[in-house]
Amino acid sequence: MSTVLGTAGVGAGAERAAPARRLDGAPLTRGVVVAYLSLIVLLPLAAVVARSIEGGADGFWRAITSGPAVAALRLSLVASLIVVAINAVTGTLIAWVLVRDDFRGKGAVNALIDLPFALPTIVAGLVLIEIYGPRSPVGINVTYTKLAIGLAMLFVTLPFVVRAVQPVLAELDREMEEAAAALGASAATTFRLVILPALLPAILSGAGLGFARAIGEFGAVVLISGNIPYQTEVAAVRIFIQVENDRTAAAAAIAVVLLAISLGVLLAIALVERWSLKHEG
Amino acid sequence: MRARYALRSVALGYLALLIAFPVALLLFRTFEGGVGPVWEALSSDEFLSALRLTLLIALITVPLNTVFGVLAAIALVRHHFRGKRLLSAFIDLPLGVSPVVVGLALLILYNRRDGWFGAWLAERGVQILFNWPSMVLATIFIALPFVAREVVPVLREIGTDQELAAQTLGASGWQTFRLITLPAIRPGIAFGVVLTTARALGEYGAVAIVSGKLVGKTATMTILVEEHFIRFDEVGAYAVSLVLALLALLTLVGMQRLKPREGR
Repeated sequence: MSTVLGTAGVGAGAERAAPARRLDGAPLTRGVVVAYLSLIVLLPLAAVVARSIEGGADGFWRAITSGPAVAALRLSLVASLIVVAINAVTGTLIAWVLVRDDFRGKGAVNALIDLPFALPTIVAGLVLIEIYGPRSPVGINVTYTKLAIGLAMLFVTLPFVVRAVQPVLAELDREMEEAAAALGASAATTFRLVILPALLPAILSGAGLGFARAIGEFGAVVLISGNIPYQTEVAAVRIFIQVENDRTAAAAAIAVVLLAISLGVLLAIALVERWSLKHEG
Repeated sequence: MRARYALRSVALGYLALLIAFPVALLLFRTFEGGVGPVWEALSSDEFLSALRLTLLIALITVPLNTVFGVLAAIALVRHHFRGKRLLSAFIDLPLGVSPVVVGLALLILYNRRDGWFGAWLAERGVQILFNWPSMVLATIFIALPFVAREVVPVLREIGTDQELAAQTLGASGWQTFRLITLPAIRPGIAFGVVLTTARALGEYGAVAIVSGKLVGKTATMTILVEEHFIRFDEVGAYAVSLVLALLALLTLVGMQRLKPREGR
């Protein structure tokens, strides 16, 4: 089976080199993919890990337990958790309105959801400063506060939960809801007992992706947060500043902690997705 | 009915405050002083140099990542081998890596002093860091998963019937790919390419670390925004931002046109 399907892939190179013989292209395809991935992603990340432990376990520990590093990591972690919790609610709500509600301009609103993905993060930061900064037309100035960091993270992570929940909600069988309503369940009870359980895997996976994005966010945060050590300096900015000061080992140590947290979350998402696929029937 | 309007108002209000108003204000602020200063900023040598560099990075990144994404999707969906799940996880890995960490990694690998390859390359006259190659490497890393993630579900959905039929009729692997598989996955590829392009044009953090930020030389459009901003040249920052925002808008239009399925 695999040899037949293998040539359906990109036997391209092998096939051309030896047209007379049917060569299985699968190993070649796989080889190219693994080589590219190793060179572009794995090798650089290995270099970060190696640099972080260059000064021994001691040096690593000192780097990540220094006052500003702990403060920055904690700020990134706590802010991302809060942002993700807000996203889970607002994202589900927005997905609900986009799927179940109908109003003029819905198509435009739907397109708008992807704007934070398409807009460069530095522009997002600039735009947020413009409206919620010192020259704010609505008189709200949050620059150099933790609130500004949360706002920037909310902006860049908006699409994740919405886009994860939307397709699941659209395909949800409405008969169950109608049955629940017919049996006398209120709208709130129907939502809590019938709809929410069906959406939960999608909400979790969207929230997880959003978390991985928020905890490492740099561009949208750096202009508006002021980067005051111990107060508004997030982990990514801390890494940036350590690099500028030529302290790459310390920067690498913080980077490894960030990586470990993100990887843990991405792994958890993969498990949730597998679990929900299995339970779909 | 009242609940429906309440939900709608909350959702739209949230979107307006977080996304729509801020971006609309950008438009207003850019042209506050008229069109003249904007035109001046956008016809300056620094902007043209940044535009050229940004386009160069995208022109190298997008084709490479597209080919990789298609190959990776085929390997993940059509082939059976051990470690497949691991490969899939590694392809998604860049989604969980902070852009500054990508920049730091390239710095460790390619700096001239104690980089893993920096000194060796420098002896041969190859300058990776503070030059476009490192910025390309950073962008490729950041934008790596998008094509693969879009093509995988399409490939899974079309199944293997047609491919197998072609094979039975004597088509070679390359013919089967070109005539059967490729046309079927084209929408997925197109969507992935739009996402990759948007990311490549707009990357900031990773590129900022490895570029050295020499305005007129190694500053991309996003770096130019930041450089204008910290030099208090607000019109310059807004003008470049506006160009980037328009590109983002084009991306949105492309996404709406090409969307192969709801959501990503």
